[in-house]
Amino acid sequence: MWGFYFEQLIDSLPIFLKGLWITASVSGLSLIAGSIIGFFWGIIRGGKGRILRRLIGAWVDLIRGTPFLVQIFVIFFIFPEAGINLEAFPAAVIALTNLAACFICEIVAGGIQAVPSGQKEAATASGLSAYQRLRYVILPQSMRTILPPLVGQYVLTIKDSSIVSVIGVIDVTRAGWLTVQRIPEGVLVFGLVGILYFVICYPLIQLSSNLEKRMTVVATRL
Amino acid sequence: MLETFNFRVILEYMPLYFKCFSATLWLSGAGLIGALLVGTVACAMRLSQSRIVSLIAGVYIESIRSTPLLAQIYFFYFGLPSLGIMFSEEVTGIFALTLNSGAYMAEIIRAGIQSIPHGQIEAGIASGLSYFQRMRYIILPQALGVTILPLLGQGIVLVKDSSLLSLISIMELTRAGQILTSERFMPAEGFLTTAAFYLIIYYILKGFSSWVQKRLIFREAY
Repeated sequence: MWGFYFEQLIDSLPIFLKGLWITASVSGLSLIAGSIIGFFWGIIRGGKGRILRRLIGAWVDLIRGTPFLVQIFVIFFIFPEAGINLEAFPAAVIALTNLAACFICEIVAGGIQAVPSGQKEAATASGLSAYQRLRYVILPQSMRTILPPLVGQYVLTIKDSSIVSVIGVIDVTRAGWLTVQRIPEGVLVFGLVGILYFVICYPLIQLSSNLEKRMTVVATRL
Repeated sequence: MLETFNFRVILEYMPLYFKCFSATLWLSGAGLIGALLVGTVACAMRLSQSRIVSLIAGVYIESIRSTPLLAQIYFFYFGLPSLGIMFSEEVTGIFALTLNSGAYMAEIIRAGIQSIPHGQIEAGIASGLSYFQRMRYIILPQALGVTILPLLGQGIVLVKDSSLLSLISIMELTRAGQILTSERFMPAEGFLTTAAFYLIIYYILKGFSSWVQKRLIFREAY
């Protein structure tokens, strides 16, 4: 029986590959946009402006406190009520970008706060401008704390992208869900889905833990 | 949008929300206890002297961490029946949550145990303490301080992850939002109320987490 279904599964491989492309583009776009926005928010949140810091903090809490599934329902079902009609794909990218930005913001803010204040004071005393302090003193040092969790966050974002399948974006998970309606072998079908995600995520997880080891070595050598 | 926000409908559906709120608490509580058990066992296996035992635990942990929870839920939901194992949706859901969180718990506990300097363990051996005495009096009390915050963080993730169980038609908070939306065509009322309930859990756990953090710093200082 498995052999028969296996052949059918091979036949439906194109839909999985198409799904893989959609998963890659949703998470790729969200990661690029989310990193830019997240770094921007994180720099503000690690800085001195009280009101902006609080505002971003409150927004991050709202996003971190609710499931991504609910967020995507809010964007996909409630925005049209306010007159903003979104296709499934842009809605997915917006929701995932926002989620990634919020988590990256916290990572970046944490990294900036981990830089000893003596360094910041020394930079100010040397007459560096705010931009120069950030560019030449604070960010290079904080990258050491930021980088490992950042790669880890990328993995989380790729995995969270599976949830956009519920609003009809045909990504890998959705491809599996559609296929399992025809081929009633859940283990085979979602085994394949799992392998496809594994191929992307596992190297990144290894990269993250390697970075972590290397960064700690650098830190202790100093 | 806000002027048309219908609070009366929300009040009408409050009993459903409270029922689903307790279901979410129950599901994630069961998942948490299960995950702690699975995580402890998997961690002990991962750190075992035997290569094969360690490898089995490693394969489990890495394959869970590299694939999305939604794919895992579908894997068990569609896969177990095709293997001839019939569970109710709730059992399948808790099973998936437990296995998923267990892998992350194992990594957290392992990080905690490995954070203890090896000299301490050697000192314990030199003092003639048995394996269990070393665990009980040297390793675990110190490891607990390192692991408790990430464990609470994982608890927050678990509560949010339980929202995915609505996709295999388990009654919980997100499902309540879907029901209100489909019965009354009011997505704003439905999903924002759901989000509010999740935020209540999030803020309580976050508050508890920062209370613990203060206590830990206090304990270290003295």
